[in-house]
Amino acid sequence: MNTAIILALAACSMALIAALAPLLLRQPVAQRTGLSLLLAASGLLAMIAGICGLILGGDTLILPLGLPWMPMHVRLDALASFFCLVIGSLLLPVAIYSQGYLRDETRLTSLAIFMPLFVLGMLGVVLSDDAFTFMLFWELMSVSSYFLVTFKHENLENRKAGFIYLLMAHMAGLLILGSFAVLYAAAGSFEFSAMREAAISPFWASAAFLLAGFGFGTKAGVVPLHGWLPEAHPVAPSNVSALMSGIMLKVAIFGFIRVCWDLMGSGDFQWWWGALVLAAGSSSAITGVLMALQQHDLKRLLAYHSIENIGIILIGLGLSMLLAHFGHPMLAALGLVAALYHTINHALFKGLLFMGAGAVLHSTGTRDMESMGGLIHRMPWTAALFLVACLSISALPPFNGFVSEWLTFQTALMAPQMGGALLTAIVPFSAAMLALAGALAATCFVKVFGVVFLGHARSEVATSAHEVDNWMKVGMAIPAVFCLLLGLLPVLFIPLMDRVPQLLLHASLADSIHAHGWLWLTPIDVAHSSYSAPIVLIGMLVLGGLAFWLLHPKGRTIRRSVMWSCGNPHVNARMQYNATSFSQPLRRIFAGIYRAEEELHIERSRHKLLADSVHYAVHVGDMAVQYLYQPIGKLTLYIAKLLQHEHQRGIHAYLAYTFITILFLLAVYI
Amino acid sequence: MSSASVQIIQAVMLLLFAPLAAGFISTCKARLQNRRGAGVLQPWRNLRKLFKKEVVMAHHASWVFRFAPYIVFTATLMAASVVPALLVDTPLSLTADVIALVALLALARFFLALAGMDIGTAFGGMGASREMTFSALAEPAMLMSIFVLSLSAHSTNLTTMITHTINTPFALHPSLAFAMVAMVMIAVAENGRIPIDNPTTHLELTMIHEAMILEYSGRHLALLEWAAMVKLLLFSTLIVDLFMPWGMTAQADLTGVAIALGLWMVKVAGLLFVLALFETSMAKLRLFEVPEYLSGAFVISFLGLLSYYMLEVGA
Amino acid sequence: MSAILIQQLVDGFAALMLLTSFALLAQHRMLSVLHWFAGQGLLLAATAAIVAYGTDNEELYISALMALLLKGMLLPWLLRRVIRQLHVHREVEPLMNSSMTMLVALGVTLFSFHIIQPIEKTSLLMTRDSMAIATACVLLGMLMMITRKKAITQVIGFLAVENALFFAAIGATNGMPLVVEIGIAFDVLIAALIFGLFFFQIRTTFDSLEVDTMNAHLIHKDDDE
Repeated sequence: MNTAIILALAACSMALIAALAPLLLRQPVAQRTGLSLLLAASGLLAMIAGICGLILGGDTLILPLGLPWMPMHVRLDALASFFCLVIGSLLLPVAIYSQGYLRDETRLTSLAIFMPLFVLGMLGVVLSDDAFTFMLFWELMSVSSYFLVTFKHENLENRKAGFIYLLMAHMAGLLILGSFAVLYAAAGSFEFSAMREAAISPFWASAAFLLAGFGFGTKAGVVPLHGWLPEAHPVAPSNVSALMSGIMLKVAIFGFIRVCWDLMGSGDFQWWWGALVLAAGSSSAITGVLMALQQHDLKRLLAYHSIENIGIILIGLGLSMLLAHFGHPMLAALGLVAALYHTINHALFKGLLFMGAGAVLHSTGTRDMESMGGLIHRMPWTAALFLVACLSISALPPFNGFVSEWLTFQTALMAPQMGGALLTAIVPFSAAMLALAGALAATCFVKVFGVVFLGHARSEVATSAHEVDNWMKVGMAIPAVFCLLLGLLPVLFIPLMDRVPQLLLHASLADSIHAHGWLWLTPIDVAHSSYSAPIVLIGMLVLGGLAFWLLHPKGRTIRRSVMWSCGNPHVNARMQYNATSFSQPLRRIFAGIYRAEEELHIERSRHKLLADSVHYAVHVGDMAVQYLYQPIGKLTLYIAKLLQHEHQRGIHAYLAYTFITILFLLAVYI
Repeated sequence: MSSASVQIIQAVMLLLFAPLAAGFISTCKARLQNRRGAGVLQPWRNLRKLFKKEVVMAHHASWVFRFAPYIVFTATLMAASVVPALLVDTPLSLTADVIALVALLALARFFLALAGMDIGTAFGGMGASREMTFSALAEPAMLMSIFVLSLSAHSTNLTTMITHTINTPFALHPSLAFAMVAMVMIAVAENGRIPIDNPTTHLELTMIHEAMILEYSGRHLALLEWAAMVKLLLFSTLIVDLFMPWGMTAQADLTGVAIALGLWMVKVAGLLFVLALFETSMAKLRLFEVPEYLSGAFVISFLGLLSYYMLEVGA
Repeated sequence: MSAILIQQLVDGFAALMLLTSFALLAQHRMLSVLHWFAGQGLLLAATAAIVAYGTDNEELYISALMALLLKGMLLPWLLRRVIRQLHVHREVEPLMNSSMTMLVALGVTLFSFHIIQPIEKTSLLMTRDSMAIATACVLLGMLMMITRKKAITQVIGFLAVENALFFAAIGATNGMPLVVEIGIAFDVLIAALIFGLFFFQIRTTFDSLEVDTMNAHLIHKDDDE
């Protein structure tokens, strides 16, 4: 039993103790402190377990829990260690953040029980080594997150969001169970080690791939199975949204990698698998960011961005699958590393974004961006940390988002001509879609930061906002520092991650990455491409510092005056751009995709040329919900109505049904 | 001469010649329109005047507004020092490849857009919204052109791509022709020249770039205008490097560098003259025809990709 | 001129041919469509001349000359006369918006590339690379016919298909037999003249040259009877 797996199990036990703690701690203050402390400890242990697992190697263990003939198998290999690291690196700051965020809540019991259970579920899924343990912890994760989503269940819309969340989570669970059933049929045992060895025919392998893909895809929020994400993430408390968006979606990605790459083996990939994943990733990325641009609810916007980033991760995975099928292991390893790097990046910067949104919500009481503005003056620390996250998610150097997108681009650009014309064109087309998604994300975050923090305050709640307390600041500062570190020193992190492609693809990048020292990131060859973030940053600081020192007049402060505004400074806060107006050009350019419903009402009571008041409303619905979910829902209700009559027959009908069934069973089985 | 010193000379040269390039374009346009023009040195004079003037900021301008000019200027200058102009293999060209170059310019644009939103006027928001939208739509075309270029050189490193083009014998490559046309169209869009944006307009509702910097004054405005000029010269140098790099020297000796400098000036002057010609003969596009222009650039670069696979690989 | 240079020129012309097909789809004004169509005719003439030089085929020179005169000059002049006399509204009216048409066009090009790739490998001609492009241009011409509302632009689409078939003939078999070529050329010329006559007649009867209006008129006519 090595250190790493003991630490991982210790992390799980911390979570379990935290779940049981509310039995002893009854006061909200004590519950809050206990929750934060124990979850922080769990996160720290998970992080260290992950790092130890990646450096020292993992281990397997059989715990005498569970069913008598099926004990719990636990395994900490490179893949599990990486995801433990991902979980821990966000859990620690969110736990510290919760200490400050939950200060105003009076009834914390359900949160204090279900949040640790949620964490336990996620850690359990990552560590499990047989199908039964996996499904047990998966369901634990789903059900406890339902209770977290409906924490404020007094609101009708929260209950509706919870309902659709639970419905889709269960559908996902059934599909995943289906894929495990196929693998069980091929292997004869629930244990993952047996499933790895088993031979499986291409038809059943495709069936398992499709079931796992749709199941994990629903949970990860891949278009068009994403309908629950924009409903559930905004209504949950912000620390829970950070965990759900930052970690739970990644656990779904983990599941997908575990089932397809590990259990089925990268040698068995068929060409259309990679193409399907690539196409799903590209469409999720574009759809997610286009929908995000039209939102004015801050957390809903961030939820749509999660869909976009999951799409980017899938683009990396799809490229890797295609390259593995066509026999290019080094490039496939690069694609896998790019996808994993984006996984940890997204966990960090999305967690930071949701924590920042929670800080703004805590401070102003609203999620609506149209009532905010000028918060940089009232909440300077939150604004600065939120800006770090905005820069990271927009893939701008020197932060971490740029490194993972750069690696994905390198994989796409270095990919040789594969297969027929269709595949040859789909790779650069997906790369172009990735570029578009990244640039649109930058647009969206200029909108978010500009409307929320810059400009004038648009309403009372914005003028009376206050800065958050130290716990929340520390909770937000930790991921910000990690974002900068991951952006500056990728050459140190990639060799750690390299264990995962070594395990799954038997190819390693370590030699080429290190070829020129810690300063230069050279994924394949220095002649191919290289990037050095520290030099870029130092260069910019030197040049900027020089410019500032030369130009800044010593001693005098800058003179302030009214704004220029082309000679007309009598503007009020309503005249500045807000979220809806910022995204109007895109609404018009992509009108075919959005199908926005607009309402314009102008009142002219005095004269037909003088407008007294203008009322404008625009509503952009989710196309997947309108054209896929609602028709399916209507069809289901219709069928249910048809069958309604069957419930109301008399006793003769039921006796007849029973009789027919007995006849049928006798005929078939005898 | 060591390559490090050539590197520094290159970067300083791009910085100092940028206003000269802007002046050259406006003089060409003036002569084409039968005017005298203000002279090639006028941008220098403008910058000198602006640096001496006092800065006035709005009461509620934040630190983002105050430091954005420096960030924009240093990011653009950093990008300019990465592009080789005279010597093919400079130390800094390993720091960033073409994609990282585009990302540095995106960083500059991000902060410029934030600065536009900071004061809370309608003009700044409008400029920010339009600029970010159109640059987002230009990204796929830019990436596709880079993709076509990197297909034959198998690299996105500028030095490798230039060396590859210099060393292969001259041949008519339709894919490169398409990529060049697409890149020129994107360069016009990124630098805010006609037909996308009019750099000399004073009508606020037609502005994109100017609208974002409307509130700036003094040395801040000078830094932003200088950054825009450096960006134009950077794109011209990039196009010259990628498509017509003959004359660039591989060794850092004095004669080679001098010849490379002369050839670079001639090539860039030619390119800028063609730009002035197009600016004089075309009108600015209506705002919502710009996405058609950008998708046209994407289609052309995609055609370049297809013709590479159809015509150049099979043969 | 060396064989390699000729090969490269043919490839270059093929790429330009594809560009002109896309450009025909992208234009907003009727006269620009005509100019690009004339340009396509000139391009065909140049290609035929180069292939004639490369394969020492005398007949292709005559084909090149006919292409230049007919497709590059006569047909565009005729069509321009028709447009002027009919006072047709100068804008092209497409069915779907420009970006959508472009994406479909890219998809069609990719499809033809996919289909022709195995066939290309079996050919030994110098012009084999251009077969995929020729197929793509045929399909793009048909796309133009489908996505336009005005009858004149549909006719130009038809003529563009004919151009692309000529290009395909040069590519696949180094030109058609001259007799066939002359026959087709005169057929197309007569077709263009007849179209011109018909347009006058249609215009007088229906007061419009939009296909949908003609359809509507016919339906109403049935209702009256």
